[in-house]
Formats: sequence, structure tokens, C-alpha cells
Amino acid sequence: MSAEMRMRDALFIGLEPTRLDIINESELHAGHRGSPGTGESHFRILVVSPKFAGRSRVERHRMVNDMLAAELKRGVHALALATYAPGERVRE
Amino acid sequence: MTDQTAIHDWIRKTIATNDVVLFMKGTSKFPQCGFSAQVTQMLNHLGVPFKDVNVLDDMSIRDGIKTFTNWPTIPQLYVKGEFVGGCDIVREMFQEGELHQLIHDKGIAHTNHSHHA
Repeated sequence: MSAEMRMRDALFIGLEPTRLDIINESELHAGHRGSPGTGESHFRILVVSPKFAGRSRVERHRMVNDMLAAELKRGVHALALATYAPGERVRE
Repeated sequence: MTDQTAIHDWIRKTIATNDVVLFMKGTSKFPQCGFSAQVTQMLNHLGVPFKDVNVLDDMSIRDGIKTFTNWPTIPQLYVKGEFVGGCDIVREMFQEGELHQLIHDKGIAHTNHSHHA
């Protein structure tokens, strides 16, 4: 199973999102220093979850980072995160 | 172990004695990572003076700031001793005008008073 699939599973279980976009941007970073060249190093994640309601941005990012800790250890190098509670204006 | 304690103490002192601190890769003049460069640019846009800490100069600070904040990535922005966020959060706040508001509310001198991003 790919890192993307594992992250999708982990976030679905952890956040019960109403929207979850995971975009693999590893190509954009291929060859830069620290890029492992696995094709699964850099991801952009947009997630809308009721579990974010009433939590600060820092808290939301920590929740996601904790849920994806195993992937971050295994070779996912960078996550760009956008986290919203339902009803918040989503910046695409 | 004592090492990490010493580093955490140094970080604590640094964020206590400087209103705005950016832990970054490179320096404010020569950022060495796109994310660090973005945050530098936003702070410069608001005209906020800040202390830059180049984590590439010292591996123990690079690791220490991650454990201190419980945050896995660099850059990390601190304002008045409080962790504000990494690049994504700071950018979002900048775009929403919240970063300027925070700087204003904390009473930090800055030169750009327009709310336009």
C-alpha cells in the first residue's frame, strides 16, 4: 500500500472528514536537498473535519502530524496542511 | 539528556528575550529553504523586526526546537514567547490579516500599518 493510501486511511479513521484531498507534490521537489526520491516525499493535504471545531490551527496541525507520525518517520518528508472545520471558508 | 535540557533552556531564554523569533533554515538575509524564505518575506512585509535563529548552524538546536515545540518542521515562529505556527499557519494568518492583528495586539512595533496583504 502506498504512503498516500496509508495516510488517507489514518486520517479517515482519526478525523472522520467531510472532505479529504491528498495531493502528491513529490515531483515538484524531486532532486532538492533532502528529497529521498521515493516519489512519496511531499504531500499537500486539505481536510475538513468536525473534529477541528473549536481548536486552534496549531492544535489541528498537531492532530494531523500525530496521526501521520508513522509516515513522517518512514519517508514522508513534508506536509503542507490546510485544516478546516465544517462551515469555515476553504481556501482552495 | 542534559544536553537537550540545556538547548531547551537556551530556546526558552531566546523566545523570552526577543519579541519575535523565527527558527529557520538560513538567515533572514539569506534563507536557505523556500518555507523559511516565505515567512521571512511576510514578516518583512509587515515591517516586523525579528531575531532569526539559523538551525542549520547547530544540529542540537535543529533537533531541540522540534522537541521543545512538539512540532516536526522548520520554520517555527514565536511571538512574545508563544508558538504561532509553521509556514502553512503563518501564511494563512497573513492572508487573513490575522498575523498583522497578532503583532498589533501584542504591542510589537512594526512599520507597515496597512492591512493589505
